[in-house]
Amino acid sequence: MPDQRSVLILGGGSDIGRAAGLAFAAKGWTVRLAGRDLQGLTREADDIRTRTGATVSVHRFDALDTPSFDGFLDGLPALPDAVVSAVGVLGDQGAAERDVAEATRIMRSNFEGPALILGLVANRFEARGSGTIVGISSVAGDRGRATNYIYGSAKAAFTAFLSGLRNRLARKGVHVVTVKPGFVRTRMTAGMALPGLLTVDPDVVGNAIYAAVEKRTDVVYVARAWQPVMFAIRSIPERLFKTMKI
Amino acid sequence: MTRLTGWGRYPDLETELVEPRRLGEVRGAFAEADGVIARGNGRAYGDAAIGVRRTVSIRQLDRMRSFDPETGRITVEAGTLLGDVIAAVLPRGHFPMVVPGTRHVSVGGAIAADIHGKNHHRDGGFGASVERMTLLLPDGSTVETSPTLEPGLFRATVGGMGLTGAILEATIRLKPVESGWIRQRTLPAADLSSVMRALDAGDEATYSVAWIDTLASGRNLGRSLVFLGEHARADELGPKEAERYPALAGPRLSVPLDFPSFTLNRLSVGVFNRIYHRVNARREGAPFTVPAGPYFFPLDGVGAWNRIYGRRGFVQHQCVLPPETAESALGEILERVARRGSSSFLAVLKKLGPSWGMLSFPKPGFTLALDFPVTDDLASFLAGLDEIVVEAGGRLYLAKDSQQSRATFEAGYPDLDGFRSIRRRLDPDRRLRSHLADRLGL
Repeated sequence: MPDQRSVLILGGGSDIGRAAGLAFAAKGWTVRLAGRDLQGLTREADDIRTRTGATVSVHRFDALDTPSFDGFLDGLPALPDAVVSAVGVLGDQGAAERDVAEATRIMRSNFEGPALILGLVANRFEARGSGTIVGISSVAGDRGRATNYIYGSAKAAFTAFLSGLRNRLARKGVHVVTVKPGFVRTRMTAGMALPGLLTVDPDVVGNAIYAAVEKRTDVVYVARAWQPVMFAIRSIPERLFKTMKI
Repeated sequence: MTRLTGWGRYPDLETELVEPRRLGEVRGAFAEADGVIARGNGRAYGDAAIGVRRTVSIRQLDRMRSFDPETGRITVEAGTLLGDVIAAVLPRGHFPMVVPGTRHVSVGGAIAADIHGKNHHRDGGFGASVERMTLLLPDGSTVETSPTLEPGLFRATVGGMGLTGAILEATIRLKPVESGWIRQRTLPAADLSSVMRALDAGDEATYSVAWIDTLASGRNLGRSLVFLGEHARADELGPKEAERYPALAGPRLSVPLDFPSFTLNRLSVGVFNRIYHRVNARREGAPFTVPAGPYFFPLDGVGAWNRIYGRRGFVQHQCVLPPETAESALGEILERVARRGSSSFLAVLKKLGPSWGMLSFPKPGFTLALDFPVTDDLASFLAGLDEIVVEAGGRLYLAKDSQQSRATFEAGYPDLDGFRSIRRRLDPDRRLRSHLADRLGL
């Protein structure tokens, strides 16, 4: 018996978005991929449909075009059972330190856009009394570091937003999942030297997202080793931390 | 720049590796490059998928486009792995017409090498199941080709080792199956002529292959096990086969590091071969049912098995010999291998039929595949085997090769002139060049 549930994936053309789509489709969910590049999304939708036989649709969505959000949600065939935000950009830390436009783009793409759309989704889920919201945040938000604090601070804000949303909706039948993937082998990290134990492939993240929705997990560190690592990093006194290169 | 090898981990060559993520980026990766070749999943053993200057990995082009369960046609981007195709279509009652010994090959690579499976004697090579493909030509244009559309280009591309252009997308024909299980029969054969007779008798079987104990010599020379297989029908499944389409499992164990070179010697391989022969001979005759995964891809059960041959890597020598000369040539080759002692872990004998491509390896006769760890004296030993192959009117498989001389190659492939003239027309400046192409003057 195929599952009748549907999931909306914002940033559906990203590697993690694609992996999440595949994970849900493999379980028979209907998948709606949303993003800016309809041609790229169609390629992913064809792929997911061919691999799994699931129903897959594509929808135009621009995370920086906040006034369009209400209309976007109203235009969906139905309010989905789950929404995953895989929207985000790593950006260029160095450029963002000098260039307000780049810093703005990073902050808006990683915090403002995802938070505002999920806030609107939350209201609709609250009114219905059910639904699961998944935000892909980042371990980079657990503590600001010199090498990526603009991205990290936006992710920190997003993590706080998801935490507050979870708190608000906990007794309203709506569940909120925060996912911190750690390093993932994706376009975002292509060319970076990644530590093996802390790095996973996108399909691992996709399956972890699906499992978190089914089990109603609150916060997921995908590569488990991240949890103690980030605990240690958060525990370093600021007086010491500020002089470190990590 | 980076260093790349094939699956045999030899030779190890310098090249610039680029990895486009979309079809549109492939053209840019090929444009203005000189000495460039496409690479799939790197399962060719030698130097076939290493560009002289640049290597374009198409592994990220692994999206499936469409599947029609009614007609059994699937369209995929060329970097899609055959194992992923199986995972997608087997639960819906379909299976590729041809699968090789590993599921980790890309569809593009499978076409470029016109790979064969255990059913080549009946169904031909992978190329025979290709309905159409999209090819990026050396001049940057994109063409559709099929057995009826630009048939010359099609015949040059199937088995053409990527030298006519980069395969971007293909539609392949699948066959309907009623289950994901194989009914297997194992027949022991005491010597070379009996294994060849058993394979002849096995022509009726969909799948047939023989495993040779390369250490057996004298009157035991060619001692083998013949494995025959059929896709199990639904009504042949018992309670043990409760899951009609069992999933292809991942590796059960993995080789974490290079084995020291002394690990595989006459003693260890000999013990292994004897035990393997005895265990399997016990199952003689009576058919039993195994999942398709371990039946077709036994070595995929061991991740990174290419490391067991040690740091220097290994060479797989695979020849095909015409029926008339096969028995005496095989006898001579096996005697030399047995005498040499440093043996092949894997020695596979199988019957082949005719094929499509101008440079396709299969032709009617018997094919023997032998693995050899790289040692200082290996090149001269293999040159000796190649003389036997040429003398017998045989040839070597380009997807496995890193050693053969240009003369050996030219003697074995009668359509070579035709291929070279198509190459001259498509790529007058010889921009597409793998190390294999340079070595063999392709």
